Amino acid sequence: MSRISISLTVNGETKEVQTEPREHLADLLRGTLLLTGTHIGCEHGVCGACTIEIDGVPARSCITYAGACDGATVRTIEGFDDDDVMAALREAFAREHALQCGYCTPGMLVAARDVVLRLPDADEARVREEMAGNLCRCTGYRGIVRAVLSVLAERKKGA
Amino acid sequence: MKPAAFEYARPKDWSDALQLVADGARPGTGTQSLGPLLNLRLAQPETIADLRHLPDYAGVTVAGDVLRIGAGTTHAAIEDGIVPGRVGAIMAAVARRIAYRPVRNRGTIGGSLAHADPAADWVAVLPALGGTAIALGPKGERRIPLAGFVLGIFETALAEGELLRAVEVPVLPESARWGHWKFCRKVGEFSKATACLLRVEDAAPRAVLAALDGPPLVIEDARALVADPTGEAARVVGEVEGLTPWRSAVAQAALRHAVEAAT
Repeated sequence: MSRISISLTVNGETKEVQTEPREHLADLLRGTLLLTGTHIGCEHGVCGACTIEIDGVPARSCITYAGACDGATVRTIEGFDDDDVMAALREAFAREHALQCGYCTPGMLVAARDVVLRLPDADEARVREEMAGNLCRCTGYRGIVRAVLSVLAERKKGA
Repeated sequence: MKPAAFEYARPKDWSDALQLVADGARPGTGTQSLGPLLNLRLAQPETIADLRHLPDYAGVTVAGDVLRIGAGTTHAAIEDGIVPGRVGAIMAAVARRIAYRPVRNRGTIGGSLAHADPAADWVAVLPALGGTAIALGPKGERRIPLAGFVLGIFETALAEGELLRAVEVPVLPESARWGHWKFCRKVGEFSKATACLLRVEDAAPRAVLAALDGPPLVIEDARALVADPTGEAARVVGEVEGLTPWRSAVAQAALRHAVEAAT
């Protein structure tokens, strides 16, 4: 079994890691780098739990493999502590009951942050469409949609 | 749910990539379609040649009245308007409804075409737009019309050892009329029936019916469909073998909606 050595930036720190080409990024983050905020759900790109940022945009870490991440810049849910949008989303998620068990939440937040920044004029229908790639089995989505819409509205007011 | 072991190779240039493929490597780009197959062990390649870093693999160039779209161009880039003009507007609307944004950020137009899932989007849309695949093999480039590119489920007209380098799409006038309709049980799910119709002045309308578990059906002269959408949709779908009644109904609806949208 072949081992490869890759270098990637994770939450601002350069990491040199030994891995197998077949290891997906979510396993590498959780198992090797002990960043367990990234959750693994379906492991085939459907549920969105493993959504993180790769090179500045959200991506599925369960169908992105270690070799392809050599040289990449990765940000996981642990890397958003100083981010204003993420802070607003966290608060809104708590306020609007946008989570119960919390399993989907890290991926949900990364996807939601992208929606807030990319689509400042999104209405409820658009938010629902854009968030359709993240499954939640607890909330029924109403709270999640409300939370995203409330952050969009706050930012509009502030702008 | 973990892939079988494979080797990873990152070719620096196209001849390197062709050599890897000649030696049996499976091309990979965003792995947004291949990834699930790897994780489910439905695909067990010995080596994956990661094409993402090849020069000119992504991006769009315009030469006269032809747009050349690099095979490594992501769906997200197309959604965000990297393709200019009327074709770009049509393709952006299609791209927006491919899977989900985090998937579109890594999935590529060429990867999706070469993967040839009958339910995917570009395999249906690009033949309707009159596109051509640019394949690269040991002897150079070869042009393959995208009508006829997908031969079956996960099967294309690419020869062994060839790579999909780009697609070419003719520029369309702003007056071109376009209809596209697909049925997904949930946003981002694979389509259960897709239809497209392109109408350009002084030319026969072209239609495509796809996502019915086989290669897309290209109707080069769709005048009859435009004249009588209900009757012709029933006739065309009636000739597709093995459809359940609900699938047949959805496929007919797709054709009718595509005609309506392009009128």
